[in-house]
Amino acid sequence: MVTLTAPETTTPIATIDLADSPVRDLNQALHEATDGQSWTVANPGGKHSLAVGIDADISVAINGHAGYYAAGMHKTGTVTISGNAGVGLAENIMSGTVHVKGDVSQSAAATGHGGLVVIDGNAGARCGISMKGVDIVVGGNIGHMSAFMAQAGRLVVCGDAGEALGDSVYEARIYVKGSVASLGADCIEKPMKLEHLDELAGLLAAAGRSEDPADFKRYGSARNLYHFSVHNSASY
Amino acid sequence: MTTTSLPQDSVLPPAQHTEELGLRESATFDRATIADIQRAAATGVYDIRGWGAKRKVPHFDDLLFLGASMSRYPLEGYREKCDTDVVLGDRHASKPLHLQTPVTIAGMSFGALSANAKEALGRGASEVGTSTTTGDGGMTPEERGQSKHLVYQYLPSRYGMNPDDLRKADAIEIVLGQGAKPGGGGMLLGQKITERVAGMRTLPVGIDQRSASRHPDWTGPDDLEIKIGELREITDWKTPIYVKIGASRPYYDTALAVKAGADVVVVDGMQGGTAATQQVFIENVGIPTLAAIPQAVQALQELGMHRKVQLIVSGGIRTGADVAKAMALGADAVAIGTAALIALGDNDPRYASEYAALGSAAGFYDDFQDGRDPAGITTQDPELSSRLDPVAGGRRLANYLRVLTMEAQTIARACGKSHLHNLEPEDLVALTIEASAMARVPLAGTNWIPGAK
Repeated sequence: MVTLTAPETTTPIATIDLADSPVRDLNQALHEATDGQSWTVANPGGKHSLAVGIDADISVAINGHAGYYAAGMHKTGTVTISGNAGVGLAENIMSGTVHVKGDVSQSAAATGHGGLVVIDGNAGARCGISMKGVDIVVGGNIGHMSAFMAQAGRLVVCGDAGEALGDSVYEARIYVKGSVASLGADCIEKPMKLEHLDELAGLLAAAGRSEDPADFKRYGSARNLYHFSVHNSASY
Repeated sequence: MTTTSLPQDSVLPPAQHTEELGLRESATFDRATIADIQRAAATGVYDIRGWGAKRKVPHFDDLLFLGASMSRYPLEGYREKCDTDVVLGDRHASKPLHLQTPVTIAGMSFGALSANAKEALGRGASEVGTSTTTGDGGMTPEERGQSKHLVYQYLPSRYGMNPDDLRKADAIEIVLGQGAKPGGGGMLLGQKITERVAGMRTLPVGIDQRSASRHPDWTGPDDLEIKIGELREITDWKTPIYVKIGASRPYYDTALAVKAGADVVVVDGMQGGTAATQQVFIENVGIPTLAAIPQAVQALQELGMHRKVQLIVSGGIRTGADVAKAMALGADAVAIGTAALIALGDNDPRYASEYAALGSAAGFYDDFQDGRDPAGITTQDPELSSRLDPVAGGRRLANYLRVLTMEAQTIARACGKSHLHNLEPEDLVALTIEASAMARVPLAGTNWIPGAK
């Protein structure tokens, strides 16, 4: 049920209660929303596909846990989840911001082309898989096979990274403060230059974090697997 | 395949001469096999090529139609109507596709194909009221502009995937696999990763692109159901959602796709083409189109979803007879890829000398991965691409699509059918025991179907 409450600011705030409205009504309403609006989602109850395909500069607050594909294909505006999120958070995000205050499951920000995804807690396996330009900042740890085949963008991890980090990574840059269980094929540690400290400082600031960029290490592609070679057959 | 340091055909004795000499060629180690071994020994890498399976497998050629006679009335050719239109995706989508012919164009990427080739496919398909399909590399403005009905592929790589193009698509095809390589990901070698192709795919220019074979954010049929739900939510339940599978276990895959909520299931047999795959994969993984159709149809029928979830079949469709046979076995529509490229000019004998210079010949050329296609189709080279006039190519494709449709109508009328969809397995018999067992129609002249209960 959509209720337009009295505006506290100049923009009206609409609340959708998923205890008595289907997800389809929520997404339909968000697709018809206009720039500047604020929306609140009550009782999300871990439902899937919440706030997907947003195409207007709006802010959406999801007050609770979200299921799979929350804020999928996000294009503009802000989605904030005050809870945990399931598989494929902000998959294929194009721009805008998605912020999760809890933990998220696997494949967070998978294939994201742009924008910023901030996860205050931990992220599961395959965080940033096939990322294509998105920036991801994780406050806690990330699971195995994160940044697998990551093509572009930046992944910042304030905790530890699981096994096979950055396997077959292309041009994405990975920053990890804690330990890395193991690096995947063709992923190596790279020197932290001034430009990297600068970009990391910017990403941490954008995510509202206070870590010192100097405490991080940088990882990226050795670029040894960019072309087929019989001599690489042991690497696969 | 590419010959390397091997003797060219011109220095080998002609086949007739070898027979006159009484030379005996091994069936096990034939000349192509010997060349494969020598090539592997010389290079240390497996052979990568385009096209689909080249081995001989039971196919539509092994089926015949039973025309009407005493017990069934034929329709008058050129006088009585035999409709060919098809609606795809009306199970859940509010805007299903309504095509004028059941022959659609299969997914082929810009990158694998030149921009002119993609435009020609769009022009030809639109002229006869059918659909084209994007590929592993995103939607180009040329393609969207020229295609009246455009199916947007949703692939593991998600190259170029974005919500704007998703909303512009007339249908979405979630690709789990293709017939040439069920279980394999995409491949595009460096020579075709030009600046434009690299930009669309967010890849460094000139690298050998090997795409993922698994989707990055879902695993298995239960996840797929949620993924389909997300795509429906993004597109406000307007856009039909197809699920494409490479034929390996089509009975189970079709049933699971239906259960996951697909509007349309696309089954691609092993003869279906590819732009670049290991030859060992193409020739040894997957099952023939003929074997796949009855399994997929059985799954749909058992779920009570035959004709409700439409079935599109591809892999080795060449003639209107093939179209009619696929539909008689239960398909709602077919898709063509290789045949469409041939209609545009692929393997045209007029480029004989250029094929020879590449170590191939017209009728044999399959090195689509090299990007040196003399016909200007499977290339990103501007000079070669310019050889294909998209308007003329589109006209040739439209001609070919019309012929396929009219040929299928000819057969349907002979069987007394007023719509291609009224063709049925009872209209068919098989010429071989293998085809009879796979297609589940009787061996001609008998009422025997091997394996039938």
